[in-house]
Amino acid sequence: MTREITLSKAVNEAIAEEMRRDPTIFLLGEDVAEAGTPFKVLSGLVEEFGTERIIDTPISEPGFMGMAVGAAMTGSRPIVDLMFGDFLYLVMDQLCNQAAKTHYMSGGKLKVPLVLRTNMGATRRSAAQHSQSLQAIVAHIPGLKVAMPSSAYEAKGLLKTAIRDDNPVVIFEDKLMYQDKAPVPEEEYLIPFGQANIKREGRDVTLVATSSMVQVAEEAAETLAREGISAEVIDPRTIVPLDEQTIIDSVRKTSRAIVIDEGHQSYGVTAEIAARISEKAFYHLDAPVIRMGAMDVPVPFSPALEDLTVPTSEGVAENARRICRGELVHAA
Amino acid sequence: MSAARKKHNTEDYLRMYKQMVRIRAFEDKANQLYLSAKMPGLTHMYSGQEAVAVGICEALTDEDRITSTHRGHGHCVAKGANFREMFCELLGKEEGYCRGKGGSMHIADQANGNLGANAIVGGSMGIATGAALSAKRLGKDFVTVCFFGDGATAQGLWYEVMNMAALWKLPVIYACENNGYSEYTKTDEIAAGSLVKRAEAFGIEAFQVDGQDVLAVNELTSRLAGRCRKGEGPFFIELDTYRYHGHHVGDINRDYYRTKEEEAEWKDIRDPITNFGKSLIDQKMFTAEELVAIDNDIAADAEAAVDYALKAPYPDGSEVDMHVFAGVDHALDYLRGAR
Ligand SMILES: Cc1ncc(C[n+]2csc(CCOP(=O)(O)OP(=O)(O)O)c2C)c(N)n1
Ligand SMILES: [Mg+2]
Repeated sequence: MTREITLSKAVNEAIAEEMRRDPTIFLLGEDVAEAGTPFKVLSGLVEEFGTERIIDTPISEPGFMGMAVGAAMTGSRPIVDLMFGDFLYLVMDQLCNQAAKTHYMSGGKLKVPLVLRTNMGATRRSAAQHSQSLQAIVAHIPGLKVAMPSSAYEAKGLLKTAIRDDNPVVIFEDKLMYQDKAPVPEEEYLIPFGQANIKREGRDVTLVATSSMVQVAEEAAETLAREGISAEVIDPRTIVPLDEQTIIDSVRKTSRAIVIDEGHQSYGVTAEIAARISEKAFYHLDAPVIRMGAMDVPVPFSPALEDLTVPTSEGVAENARRICRGELVHAA
Repeated sequence: MSAARKKHNTEDYLRMYKQMVRIRAFEDKANQLYLSAKMPGLTHMYSGQEAVAVGICEALTDEDRITSTHRGHGHCVAKGANFREMFCELLGKEEGYCRGKGGSMHIADQANGNLGANAIVGGSMGIATGAALSAKRLGKDFVTVCFFGDGATAQGLWYEVMNMAALWKLPVIYACENNGYSEYTKTDEIAAGSLVKRAEAFGIEAFQVDGQDVLAVNELTSRLAGRCRKGEGPFFIELDTYRYHGHHVGDINRDYYRTKEEEAEWKDIRDPITNFGKSLIDQKMFTAEELVAIDNDIAADAEAAVDYALKAPYPDGSEVDMHVFAGVDHALDYLRGAR
């Protein structure tokens, strides 16, 4: 049986199911218990699991992140709720120097099974310190896995896999998608890491898109279809590990690729995926691979400026048209 | 109070009264803009805490610096900002103090010594302490006041910078506005022990003051700012206060974390503006009619500024990559190596 639920509810269900299954799991973060987070994603969990397992912390991100690492090394499976992705900068040492490296530096003797749930996404008029999409920064660090759910279905399946993983996993939820609904099975399911999803098949151009950019790509594909251009849309679902094969196979077929992600374009997720396509499908390409990330500026508050900084479906469609016509498009 | 002192103080008191009323008027308008869906995003209201910002800023010079927070409109007004540029910023307009790039959480009148409103809780503690280091190194006599909430005392950064400020005797005043809550959580659930004692552990002189009493706040801050200028800083002040609205304007149903009775009690008995106004009348400095006339003038100013801001233009799209780097007109060209 499948029903439609919001992404928020999907996350909530994933955590509840896993916590019922495994008593070593606990969750900690700011205003997660009674308030259920500012986005109300965790509402109801404290009623079922109590304040011993759904723990409200002071505003001490480096502190509770570090405690999660220590707890994970000693038999617990913590889920850290980081209210905004922008606060990653506060926890970088604990996440990148500690959590990411412990297994390696101990020669495989110590494990850090923890999940860091956080969010991303601009256009909420929240200005530069509450709008960033920092997945590239985390994906750069060996030892961290990174998941980017594109709908309620992925949010649930990926989170359950993350919780069972023996490594630190960072999950980025798009905060603008919490109320978006998608079909989600009643039955239990997990989505394995490193398996891209072909959201739409096509012949002429491959659109590789992450998180909410999958919707943007699908909208563009819809527009393009009406004009006789057939776009294939691929959602990698995890960027670490990255399912290269599915992407390369697609590009070998279409000979053109556009990569879309909401992080800053320079030195970003789009750059990495574009480079892999260029390396591994070079002789199949009819056009340079195009990157479409967020503009390389801090996210501005004013709606008049903010909307200019993110990739749009019109922009994707326009770039697709141009490479399909054989025009060279340089990444803007 | 002696007649001479009373006369001398009348002007100061009037200014303090007006500044508090201006903050309240600004916030009332901001709330209306949100409720009528004319304001992009959310905003955190300062209403109820006016005596803190005004009591402190009225003890400072234009050269003195402050750092502000996500709940920063009050600090901004108190440090001397105009309604027009503030409302323009709130609405993301070109004439805003940050040219629309900051919005509610970052409004700051930089020319009056406001080093910025920070949306990272505790994010300005280093900045404020660094400004104080700079004052000392450069031989300037400005003092820096670091505003932050009770919730921010949980950030480790504070303890690092207090240690250095104390070691190096820096002219900084840490002003903790304890409004009883950090978001939807009571302060006593997130703060162990005593905040005052935490500062004292570093050998920092620490004070607790009624944050609803503008004169008490002002007198204490004047004294401490003076001592900072003589090299006797740093200091810590905990100001007991209360926010009237929710954590932000969207936080309407808040019965689950605080009672309506508690809110009513603070508003009815401890309102900083009402109480200060009453004392001005009691001391025969002003009549009730005079104060009402002042309130009305300020409300009209706010109204006019809102009208102006609503009609003001948004920044041109070409501004989107301006101001990324100092000395660079447009970042996107620059990043591609254009000379
Ligand atoms: C580093 C960081 N963590 C969390 C938040 C989310 N947040 C915004 S305001 C706030 C509560 C702050 O409480 P307090 O310092 O008491 O200030 P108040 O809102 O009461 O003025 C929180 C948790 C944030 N902005 N920055
Ligand atoms: Mg507070």
